Amino acid sequence: MSEILVNRRDLAFQLFEVLETEKLTERTRFAEHSRETFEAVIETSDKMARDLFASHNALADKDEPRFVDGKVQMIPDVKRAFDAYAAAGFIAGSYDYELGGMQLPESVMAACNGFFTAANPGTAGYAFLTKAAANLIRVFGSEAQCRKYLEPMLTGHYAGTMAMTEPHAGSSLADIRTSATPTDQGHYLIKGAKIYISGGEQEITDNIVHLVLAKIKGAPAGVKGISLFIVPKYLTDDEGNKLGRNGVALAGLIHKMGYRGTTSTALSFGDDADCHGYLVGEPHQGLKYMFQMMNEARVGVGFGAAMIGYRGYMHSLEYARERLQGRHPSSKDPETPPLAIIEHADVRRMLLAQKSYVEGATALCLYGARLVDDSNTHPDETIRRESGLLLDLMTPVIKAWPSEYGPKANDLAIQVYGGAGYTREYPVEQCFRDNRLNPIHEGTNGIQALDLLGRKVWQADGAGIQALIRRMQVDLEAASDKRCQQWAYSLSETVQKAVKVTQTLGSALMKQGADRALANASCYLHLVGHICVAWMWLRQANVATKALQTAGSEEERHFYNGKLQAAQYFFHWELPTVAQDIVLLTNMDDTCLEMSTDWF
Amino acid sequence: MKVLVAVKRVIDYNVKVRVKPDNTGVDLANVKMAMNPFCEIAVEEAVRLKEKGVATEIVVVSIGPKAAQEQIRTALALGADRGIHIETDEEVQSLQAAKLLKAVVDKEEPKLVILGKQSIDTDNNQTGQMLAALAGMPQGTFASEVVVDGDKVNVTREVDGGLVTVQLNLPAVVTTDLRLNEPRYASLPNIMKAKKKPLDTQSPADLGVDLTPRLTTLKVEAPQTRKAGIKVGSVEELVDKLKNEAKVI
Repeated sequence: MSEILVNRRDLAFQLFEVLETEKLTERTRFAEHSRETFEAVIETSDKMARDLFASHNALADKDEPRFVDGKVQMIPDVKRAFDAYAAAGFIAGSYDYELGGMQLPESVMAACNGFFTAANPGTAGYAFLTKAAANLIRVFGSEAQCRKYLEPMLTGHYAGTMAMTEPHAGSSLADIRTSATPTDQGHYLIKGAKIYISGGEQEITDNIVHLVLAKIKGAPAGVKGISLFIVPKYLTDDEGNKLGRNGVALAGLIHKMGYRGTTSTALSFGDDADCHGYLVGEPHQGLKYMFQMMNEARVGVGFGAAMIGYRGYMHSLEYARERLQGRHPSSKDPETPPLAIIEHADVRRMLLAQKSYVEGATALCLYGARLVDDSNTHPDETIRRESGLLLDLMTPVIKAWPSEYGPKANDLAIQVYGGAGYTREYPVEQCFRDNRLNPIHEGTNGIQALDLLGRKVWQADGAGIQALIRRMQVDLEAASDKRCQQWAYSLSETVQKAVKVTQTLGSALMKQGADRALANASCYLHLVGHICVAWMWLRQANVATKALQTAGSEEERHFYNGKLQAAQYFFHWELPTVAQDIVLLTNMDDTCLEMSTDWF
Repeated sequence: MKVLVAVKRVIDYNVKVRVKPDNTGVDLANVKMAMNPFCEIAVEEAVRLKEKGVATEIVVVSIGPKAAQEQIRTALALGADRGIHIETDEEVQSLQAAKLLKAVVDKEEPKLVILGKQSIDTDNNQTGQMLAALAGMPQGTFASEVVVDGDKVNVTREVDGGLVTVQLNLPAVVTTDLRLNEPRYASLPNIMKAKKKPLDTQSPADLGVDLTPRLTTLKVEAPQTRKAGIKVGSVEELVDKLKNEAKVI
């Protein structure tokens, strides 16, 4: 089995030919970089991911973490990989030079992290959680908190978690019960229970920094009363010396379908001993803080889903080239040698579908990461603002579309393998199980649909949607040959219908209320998702068409022709599926809404 | 002490190599390339010597197309101090590579030259030995341990049936085997630092070396695919098959 998990040629195409990432080096923040440093960092990621992460992906799945005497036991390879990732400077990769970072653009960091997810999402999880928690402390924590917790997190001595969900309150954070009681020593006493906390216990790092959502006694009801606390596993003095265990305890491990290398924990706070928590920022602002970091986290989930999908595609492509089975329908002679299964049209359909999903999703997520860069560092203030608006609007799509179509790609990878794909001797069944988490966490895809249709579309008087259409228009007009123009035409037609649907739903929201107007939000998410991915394919096709004219080698021509064929697949086979969404949404179909619970 | 390390750009060891349809060579178009794994071990050994205070400067040299600078930069990010790129798009065979390296050795006068024992693309296992002969230096090949001791170096070599330790006078040539060390990864801050390290480009003509190949490749073929094994029912059956079918005992 080849260990090439992501096609480097494709990644270079997307980053440097489509997104022109090299141009970022014109900005002050990235001035010291060049395509060379970007490529060198990508090379290191690719190499480390294969040597240290891919090597124990199956093992960590089979030999999952165990709960022994209140501690977690796991295979030592996980710590080795985590430590190497941190030592190479990846956790702080996008941070300022002064903080030990490398001031890398988010789009390059996203690409780098893609290799680790493709190689081993379970082990990569500890690093990504730490990076997300560190980001929150960097932005909202006090200087003292940054010194005490952020610095050791950036070097990988401490890990981080996000402790939000409670046994009775998952998606519905307004209902959390974990409480925080102020003391006169500056800290709060935390009491409560959390569940599904990824990385909530491990023996990889010296300490764990839990970011815990809790309600201060007497806080307002609902989400407006939630505060954010740092709750370390070990209490430390200002020099970082351990003072003893804090009162946060592992109540149990949860056994999952996939992502088994990442512990999923039930944690109890303040049960047997006092649990100290330190308020981050202002009281009652916790959820707001969490959500400011959510865009990047959700783009990360989408990209992870795309990358696990990508890995399955690469495996099944290689298998299809080598597995000999059957003959063409026209061949009646059983004496002729069997064909590689890739010769069968239906196998090529399954490979092309995977290609169009995973490369389309990768393009979408890298575009999102670029929006993060542009909203932070673009020299033109108007574009900074527009990029921020667009990122806000597209975040639910970037999270949900890859996390729906990544697992679909993995499903097809299993099908290409046939019976072998269903066995644990081959890697694709694990890809599928791992990837199945992504439509669920960081806000289920159902919630993403509500977020898109109920909130994001209408933000800033629809400025996000307008910006999206404006940007699409540029690429529609750039379509230069007949084939691309045809695709541009179908995309533009679909966009017009979607605009009409949006207007219908807008007035329904006003006249008939949110319950009715949002009932089919998932169709709307699918519609907008397909439009965005079709747009991504048009962008790639435009670049490939041009590049094809000057491509020097046969290999290069194969690459660009492959891009065009995958674009055609998406426009011929996928984009038309939104017709169904448009009908259901336009008619405000109430089949699901009106189904009485008693009729089930 | 100055250490010279030679590195080669080769097909990444994870890539499945495909032979060109006309059997003239392997297909390199769009194939992922990387530093030869044995060369990585050579760089790592030099960096460790520097960390121990034995080496004072590490010069890394590579022969190949412009893109070979990527591998030099990688070596610089791993801890080498400066690079020399001998740029050529021609095929470079072992003897020509050794002659080019000899010219660099004459100029740089390193105390120790470390090379990989072979490159995974051609598997010749010749360049280090040829360089030692051309430069009149002693050689310690297939090293699994290298200890510099004053003006001598003790090299433990992996040979059939065990280990041999040889003592060489410096300057000397050492070629690395797989178990010498475990190479590190380039860290992000070091990648940035590598960008500022000097990299000098020269041509084979500058060094007065003629690259005309001495060997002609007649044909390149993919190795035969391994046939599936069989399960035998008993020791007797195994012995019988080894004796009468495989005829090996």
